[in-house]
Amino acid sequence: MNGTVNGSLNMIGYGLAAIGPGVGIGLIFAAYISGVARQPESRGMLQSIAILGFALAEALAIIGIGLAFALK
Amino acid sequence: MSILLAASAEGDGFVSPGPKDFEFPGIFSPDSWFTKPILIVIVAALLVGVLFYLAARRASVVPSKGQFAGESLYGFVRNDIALDAIGHRDGMRFVPYLATLFSFIAVMNIAGIIPLVQFPASSRIAFPLVLAVIAWVIYLYLGIKKHGFVKYFKDMMFPAGIPWPVYILLAPIEFFSTVIVRPLTLTLRLTFNMFAGHLVLLLFVLGGEYLLVDYGGAVGIVAGSVSIFGSIVLTFFEGFVQLLQAYVFTLLTALYIGGALADEH
Repeated sequence: MNGTVNGSLNMIGYGLAAIGPGVGIGLIFAAYISGVARQPESRGMLQSIAILGFALAEALAIIGIGLAFALK
Repeated sequence: MSILLAASAEGDGFVSPGPKDFEFPGIFSPDSWFTKPILIVIVAALLVGVLFYLAARRASVVPSKGQFAGESLYGFVRNDIALDAIGHRDGMRFVPYLATLFSFIAVMNIAGIIPLVQFPASSRIAFPLVLAVIAWVIYLYLGIKKHGFVKYFKDMMFPAGIPWPVYILLAPIEFFSTVIVRPLTLTLRLTFNMFAGHLVLLLFVLGGEYLLVDYGGAVGIVAGSVSIFGSIVLTFFEGFVQLLQAYVFTLLTALYIGGALADEH
């Protein structure tokens, strides 16, 4: 612990790569919330669409963490 | 857990958890294939089967508690996943598979926060991979059976109503996304959600333990307590993520089946 930092640069790359999906997931749920606020009865229909969009955007972050550990 | 504590204590500095914490020796002999994740998966399969059997045995009009629980789960998968994603015409035939899939993945995931078990079996890539390959075979088979081999791929790669130069770009992308990317993202999403969640929990628990025991002092005790408390909060968050991922995997499987069975407009 002499002020040195050990680790892989992959993790910094993963941190940068997670920004995009983070913003994307934020936008998806912002749209979902404002949709439900405008029309509360559409909640059930919007929910599965929102979760689908969330899952697709999240896949990018997940591929990122997978590659961060897999690539040497 | 004792293996992990030993790993964190052996060096003089803090050894952060990594992919090595996901590899277990065999239970009976170090080299055998029968490891902790395999045991969890076998128990999960038996648990799902036995609980559904007990819930359905002696079904009556006025349900018992067990029957009510089983029917709630089954009804949730039927109404919120199968009928929504596949449609009322074809949805009912896939409910048994989807309900089994959902409960099996949920039990495998939830093993990650059950005390003393504490390992999500689905963070080993083989188990989600098999489930994704089953979904892949089902939707390709259904699509080819319903539309015929040529028409299925033609509808997929050359949707109508688009100017023809776009097809040069669109056709390979559509083929690549349907046949290769879909099963891959299904697998990776479940695996690495569980992997990352388990890693974060390990980091908080082992980091807290290191700060409290080895680092010591006022800083160590305050930071270690915060870390241990954070691990408790994160455990509940992980429980939520684990159920959500089981739902997402089942929903996507249902959507792919629904897409294969849909009539072209």
